[in-house]
Formats: sequence, C-alpha cells, structure tokens
Amino acid sequence: MTTAEPQAQKTTVTVTVDGVTFEAQPGELVIKAAQEHGVYIPRFCWHERMEPVGMCRMCLVEIEGGRGYPPACTTPVADGMVVHTQTDAVKQIQDGVLEFLLINHPLDCPVCDRGGECPLQDQTLAFGPGESRFVEEKRHFPKPIPLSELVLLDRERCIQCARCIRFADEIAGDVLIDFVDRGDRMQVLNFEEQPFDSYFSGNTVQICPVGALTASQYRFRARPWDLSTVETSCTTCSMHCRGAVQSSSNRLVRLLAVDSEPVNHGWLCDKGRYGLEWVHSEHRLIEPQVRDGGVWSEVSWPDALDRAADAIETAKELHGADAIAVLGGARGTNEDAYVWSVLAKGVIGTDNVDAQLGDGLPAEFVLGMERAEIADLDRARAIVVLDHDLRDEVPVLFLRLRRAVLELGVPLVDLAPAAHGLSAHAAVIARTVPGEPLAANVHDEISRACEGRQGRVVVVVGRGNLAAAADSIVGAAAELARVHDVRFLSALRRGNVHGALDAGLAPGFLPGRTTLDAGRAWFTDQWGGVPAERGLDAEGILRAAADGKIRVLVLVGADPVSDFPDATLARRAIDAVDTIIAVDGFESESTKRAEVFLPCTLWGEKAGTVTNLEGRVQRVGRKVAPEGTAMDDWRIAAELALRLGRDLDLATVDEVTDEIARVAPAFAGVTSELVKSARDGAVLPVAGHLDEIVLRTGELSIMADDGSGTSWDPIKVHGEAPEEPADESEVTAHVDAPALHVWDRRAPQPEAPARDAYALRLVVGRALYDDGRLVSETPLLQRLVRDPDLRVHPSDLARIGVDSGGQVKVTSTRGSQVVAVRADAGVPAGIACMDFSADALGAALLVDAGQPVVDLRVESLR
Amino acid sequence: MSFFDESNVAKAKEILARYPRPKSAILPLAHLAQDQNGWLSPEAMEQIADLTGTTPADVLGTCSFYTMLKRRPCGKFVVSVCTNVTCLVTGGPEVLDHLEARYASEPDVTVEEVECLAACDGAPALQVNYEFHERVSPSSAVEIVEGYRSGTRRARTVSGATVA
Ligand code: SF4
Ligand code: SF4
Ligand code: FES
Repeated sequence: MTTAEPQAQKTTVTVTVDGVTFEAQPGELVIKAAQEHGVYIPRFCWHERMEPVGMCRMCLVEIEGGRGYPPACTTPVADGMVVHTQTDAVKQIQDGVLEFLLINHPLDCPVCDRGGECPLQDQTLAFGPGESRFVEEKRHFPKPIPLSELVLLDRERCIQCARCIRFADEIAGDVLIDFVDRGDRMQVLNFEEQPFDSYFSGNTVQICPVGALTASQYRFRARPWDLSTVETSCTTCSMHCRGAVQSSSNRLVRLLAVDSEPVNHGWLCDKGRYGLEWVHSEHRLIEPQVRDGGVWSEVSWPDALDRAADAIETAKELHGADAIAVLGGARGTNEDAYVWSVLAKGVIGTDNVDAQLGDGLPAEFVLGMERAEIADLDRARAIVVLDHDLRDEVPVLFLRLRRAVLELGVPLVDLAPAAHGLSAHAAVIARTVPGEPLAANVHDEISRACEGRQGRVVVVVGRGNLAAAADSIVGAAAELARVHDVRFLSALRRGNVHGALDAGLAPGFLPGRTTLDAGRAWFTDQWGGVPAERGLDAEGILRAAADGKIRVLVLVGADPVSDFPDATLARRAIDAVDTIIAVDGFESESTKRAEVFLPCTLWGEKAGTVTNLEGRVQRVGRKVAPEGTAMDDWRIAAELALRLGRDLDLATVDEVTDEIARVAPAFAGVTSELVKSARDGAVLPVAGHLDEIVLRTGELSIMADDGSGTSWDPIKVHGEAPEEPADESEVTAHVDAPALHVWDRRAPQPEAPARDAYALRLVVGRALYDDGRLVSETPLLQRLVRDPDLRVHPSDLARIGVDSGGQVKVTSTRGSQVVAVRADAGVPAGIACMDFSADALGAALLVDAGQPVVDLRVESLR
Repeated sequence: MSFFDESNVAKAKEILARYPRPKSAILPLAHLAQDQNGWLSPEAMEQIADLTGTTPADVLGTCSFYTMLKRRPCGKFVVSVCTNVTCLVTGGPEVLDHLEARYASEPDVTVEEVECLAACDGAPALQVNYEFHERVSPSSAVEIVEGYRSGTRRARTVSGATVA
C-alpha cells in the first residue's frame, strides 16, 4: 500500500484471459469480462440480465494459482488474475459436461424448432466429445405439454439450466413454473391446472438454450436459416422495445427481443412478441373502397383519393375548415403523423386534430413536462407511480420499474387508485381517489421515502383511469411538480402517441413540441399557412360532430366507437357526421359508416421512425411487402394534399424524416442519417446531449456472418461513442424556429361531486389483452382476454349482498348493465375497478365524458 | 374455505411465527398438511402458498424435492423397503415382492421401494412410517405391518412424527 502511490488511483483490475490482457471493473464476472474482450466462454445457465447460479458447469475455467476449476459465471475478476479457457483440462471438463447433458437428451434436432440456432448443438460441435458412452435407456416424457396457450414444454430436451424459472421469478415476478421432482426426474412444471400465464412468458422461449420451450405460434413454422431479419421496434405500446422481426415467404413469423440498454434490456411482453398475426389477417382490407348508395365497391386509388379530396374540399368551401376533423395518427410512424399534420393544419387549415381518443392526457402537459428517461428510474431518489397497473398498460416499463425497485432498491411511492403488481414492494402507499386531490401528506410521505437518498424523483404518469377526467391527473402532477428535482415519465400507452403528439397531432400544437401561437410565423413560412385558432380535442370533436358541426371526419387508424372511453357519445358522433374518410387496415365499428376507405400499411410493412414514451426516436423496419395495394399513411396524406392543390414534394420516408428535422424544433438534428447511425436512437431534443449518442458499428448480432450471434443470448448491436466531439451547431434549431413548449404547471382543480356512501367510484383501466384490433385478429391472444368483471373490496361485496362471482346491476348516469362482480382486497373500499371494453357489457357504456368521475350504483339482482 | 382444520390453523400460525421469512415455513406446513389428510394434496399446497406469500408452483417445487411428502393419496401406513446393495444381497427384494403382493389391494398400506436407509448393519431393513425394523424376512415383515394395523404397535404419522 505504501509503495505504489499511483496504484491507489486505479479503479479497475488487470485480467488476462487466454493471453489477452485487459482492464475490467472490479466485481465483474469472468465470463462477462472475457466476452467483452473477445473470448467467448461456453455457457448454458448464465444470462447477463439475471443473477448467476453456476448450475450447468459448462463455463468452468482454469485460474492460475487457484484450486480446482471454478465456473466463470460466478467468479468475479480480481487484479492480476490469469484465466485459461482452452487448456486440455478445461477441454476435458467441457467434454464431460456435454456428454453428461446429452445422456438424457433425445437428439431430435431434425424436428426441433431450435435446430440451427441451438447452443447445445453448436457447443457440442465446438467443444463436445462427439461420442457418448451412455448406452442405457434415456428418460422419456410425453412431448410436448402446454405450460400455457403460448408456451409448450418438451421435458426430454430440457437441460435444467433454470433460465426459464429464474426469469419468471427474478425478472417477471410470476412464479408460476418451478423445478418439480429431483434427480433424473427433475422437470420444469407449472402447478396443476394453473398455466404459466405471465405477460412475459415468451421471453423464456427466447432464452431457453435448447428446444425445450417452444412458442405455440412459431412451432414448426420456419427454420432459422430460412428467415430474413430486420431490426425494428415494437410499437404495440409506447415503450418501443427493440426487436428483430423475421419473415419467411413474405409473412411475419417471429419477433425476437433485442437487448437495448436504455429501453427493454432484452425483454418483450407477449402481446408485442406474438401480436404479429393481425398483419396477415383475412379480415384486412387491402384495396381502396368507396360507398355508393350504401354499397361498398373496390375502386382504384386515384378514384378513392379524388373522392376523399372532393369531400374535404366541398366541406371546406361550404362550412369552413373547422367543419373538418382528423382523429388518430398514433399508430403509424413519425413520418405518417407529420405528413398528416401538414395536411390537416397546413393544407386544409383545421386544428380539430387529435391523436388521442380521450384516453390520454392533454398535450399541454405531455409535451411540456420536464421529462425523465427510462434509465432515470434506476438512479432515482424515489419513483412515484401516478397511474393504474403498468403491467397492463406498458408491460416492459413495468419490468424496468420492478428492477429499479426490487434489484436496485429505489423506493416506490404508490399513488395508484388500486393495488397493482408492484404495490407489495411499495415504500409508501397513498391511494388516489379519482376526482379528489392527492392526500394532504403526500409530500411528507415522499420525503420520508427518499430519506438519505440522492438523485431525482421520477413520477410515472399515465391515464390509468378512463372513467375520470384527465384533469385530475394533471392536477395531481402539478402538485407533484413541487417536489424538489422532479421529472416526469409518460406512461401513455398508445403505440406512437408520443410521436404523433410531437408531430403536432393535437389541438393547439404544431410539429416539434411548439404551440400554434409560438410556431405560427415559422410554420406559415414553412407550410404556407396554419389554422387561425386552437381547435378541439377528441372529446370536443365528437361533441361537435354529434351536434352536426363536423361534416367530414377523417379517421387515421382510429376507432372512436371502440376506443373513446364514452362509447355513447362516440356512437352519436359517428352517426351524425356526413362523411367519414377512413385510413385503416380493417373495418371497425367506426369505419363501417365511412364513405371512403383508404387501406394503409401496418407495422412490419413500413419503415420510418417512432418516438417512445421517453422521447427516444428509433427506427422501425419494413420486413414484408404490404398486403394488396395498401399505402403508407404519409403517402396517402401527401396524395390528398396534392389533390387539394399542394405538392409537398416528399418522395421517400427519409425525405420526410429530414423535413421533420429541418422544420420541427424539438427534432432539430434528428435527420434520417442520425437515426440510422445512432445505435439506441436519440432522445429529443438532442441538443446538449449529442455526445451521449452511441454510434452503431455493425448489424444485429444474430445477423453476423460468422454465426457468433445467437438468439438465446442477448441480441445486441455493437456501438462506440463518437470519436470527435459532437458538433452541437448541427443539432440546434434554426435561430428563427419557435421555442419548445413548457408546461405551466397549472393545476386544474378537480371538481368531483362528493362520494355518497352507497355509490362506488369507477376506475376503468386497459387490460393488456383488450378488445383492440391487434388482439382480436390474433387468435392466440384472443384466448387470453379476461372477463371484464367488476372488482370491489370484499366489504363492499358484503354490503351489496352478493357472492364473489355473482351478477349485479350497475347504474351510472349513462345507463345500466349487468356484470359479474368479484371480491378483490387490493381495491379500496368505495372503489370499483373494471377493464375497459367497448362491447355490449363494456365499461365504455358506463362512462360519461361530461362528468369528472363516474359513480356507480350497484345492486344485487334479487 | 380453509384447507387446514381449526386446530391446525392455529398450529400453522404458530409455525409461521417461528420464522423471520414466511417462506421458510413451507416444509413444516407441508408436514402439518400431510398429517392432517394423509397426503399433500393440491389444495393443501395452494393454501400453504397463501399462508407463506408464495405461489403454488413454488410450494410444489419445494415439496416435490422430498420423497417423504406424498403428492398422491397413500395408505395410513407407508412401508419403505430398502433394496440398496446390502439389502439387495440379503433379501430385500424378496421382502419387497412379498409385501407388494400381500398388500396390493389393501388401501391402508402403501409399500414402496427406497434407496439406502442407512441401516446396512441390520439388512435387510424396512421402515413403517419411518420407524426402523431390521433383519426382516418376508413373513416377519408381514407380522410387523399387521402389528401396526391391529394397534399392538403404535405408528408414527405418515410424516414420521410421533403421536402424543
Ligand atoms: S426449459 Fe429450457 S430454460 Fe428451462 S430449465 Fe429447461 S433448458 Fe433451461
Ligand atoms: S412492452 Fe410495449 S413495446 Fe415492449 S414488447 Fe410489449 S407491447 Fe411491445
Ligand atoms: S454458465 Fe456457468 S455454470 Fe452454467
């Protein structure tokens, strides 16, 4: 200690693996450190996103001066450590381990889904003995057995690495599978009739190192060498988990998780992973249609576009631009949203535009709040959840939150209206009553939770309750904005809702997080004009439509009748509009009455950029050619603009991306080139943190020619920090460009009526498997939709006088329905929870958008 | 709808109170359940999961590691016959065959083959509800079992606990 002064500064340790000497972080595992420096140590059980267990013994190595052969996956590096991974002794061990693992392995590779991308195959070939001395009978099990609707298990192929079990326990928190029995009978199993119904079960299939776990959707569908792959993001919700989408014969067959450090850590939820089939559904409408005398007929694109443009032009001439409204745009890419924004606001001149369907939060708040990034959760002083159940809303965000709380010890302050998947781990629980202000002591409670901790407070805010006006959430957020050093993370769930809002698809806004007023001069220059005044949001549009004031309603992938929380209002509006122009892939309750139907491309069929809930712009890839003659939404908008007299002069997606970077202030510098070269995309606005952007230095590891990448180990893209200091001038907005909008933190005072003792206040949230189009057109997921029961506290159930499971009549100001009721101790007394659904029994028929909250009268049927 | 009867609910509480982490109580509760019903039923495992804040899969995983926890209904008397090396050469298999045939249709007696009982010096050995009996023959083995059945010998529970 006394001699080596400079050594005292050293924070790394020097390690030599197979002759390669490098610096590593103390505490890092040998297997990981070696891999990062080009030495791949074979493994089965170790997965870098989970705790090491040292179960399979495939990674044993020789360490000079040490005794025995320790597992590289449980041994941390130490200064001066010299490791050998290829000595004769190590090779003999690897031989032995593989021979042992293969004793009971059925060797049915030709009929195994893993064949061709199987580490057991690969490592047996690379490290194995080639022959077995085992001549006895192998163990046999019926194969395969379902663990759930989604995951099948072949116990004969299992090598007992426990990756699946550890994932279910450590990462997902769904302990629904475990090892049962022991010795050579040891097998992975679920309990009796309780299936492995985890929202994250598909991850176990991806990380299983053999073909023991297979996906019912992908089983026997393709061979890895027949697949072609494109890197993309899932846009089923707003998390935008990175993925590798694969197709065979122009059909999407598989989505694999890519390990993105800032976003998904290599995980996907099952809805995102398996929600591919809808793209190829037989119900897809893939040719333009127009309605004449109530009858649909397929027409050519020019005819359909002419007809739509005529309707818009006529309405504008007769009734003014305000008689035209555009709803939707949150399902496509940023480019789609932007060109629709240009068409609506710049060409038609209406500000009656909303990408949210009354199920989100006001753009004033979302676009102007001080934002957190997802990674801020990990180093937060505390996390406050102001939402409902994130597991249902944004599943992989739930996983990130779970990790921050359970693994990294960040205190959780739970302000959700009812208990959810993380409540058991909350440091503080203060249930919000819909329509009422936050508990008076909430600031004290937050300070208490934060005691002795550094960092920011991150508030995760979403529209957890569709039965209460968004105002009460904004009010609560304004209250929380007073917390010292606080940031907000949006949990709005719609696929590309943040991209759509950023593109200006909200009343009072223009692209790039700038308001209509602030951006008027700049965008008039760019576009030739913008609407004179702030328009209506979705609720306002539907009300105006119901009053006959909206003549043309354009639905861009929107179905208000099924998605707007108040279905009664939505239906009235749809019935009252003269002309509906639908841009969609399917006929819906709302587009049924359309006069013109313009088929658009869906995820997987289009390339472009999308923006996730933290404002990260990433690319989505096109993997298959569109069905029929479906067109990208942005092209449809550009074609309509042309027919309305404006040539937008946009020929490719990249040109649109570049135009956005040029004109939309928050996107300054986010050119198509930057998005392509930035490995993890770029968080808006990029000015000020350009140097954090990692440049990609290769393709997805599974696409590597040398076969080094496999799908069962985290799939990565290599990257490096830019060599030259970033040139910030490239990414700052033009000097004349308007400033970004800032939320004024105004707190709308909720004015909910007092709760009367007999009524239950309604909380309506979205279930992951809802009655949305993606689920209804994916038969596999359709089977997982749960009944929309009313969940109430046991004491309320006793008061109503029914048993759990019985039927009750519920009455709101909108009407009455009969639903099944269930006791749930996680629901506070006086509250009733229900999943959103727009079908005949759905909550959408109870919600009255005109009321700040919905109070239900609940009666037994006797 | 408790699986445990009233007195066992109290005992379960007492067991749970012994451990800082409720999960640690899975095994003693499994024994309690087995002694109550004679075997460890799925309903019992579900309730244990409830009591210990775990999941039924977790309880099953833990309990299935131990062969002494019976996950299928078994007789009031479990006769475990060793056929490991020493017993093998001294007549264990004959004892096993004989008992199996004798009690094939007697639901109160379950005969099972087990690995080494650590009683090689007294081979061939068997246990009745974990009570040792050494140097048995086919006929003396039947006599022993009958002693338990008639009540002249006092049996432990199926989990091996002594009955007060
Ligand atoms: S099923 Fe696969 S992941 Fe699970 S223990 Fe077996 S080999 Fe490992
Ligand atoms: S969490 Fe969202 S983005 Fe991620 S896989 Fe699921 S649906 Fe897709
Ligand atoms: S990878 Fe190290 S023991 Fe399995």
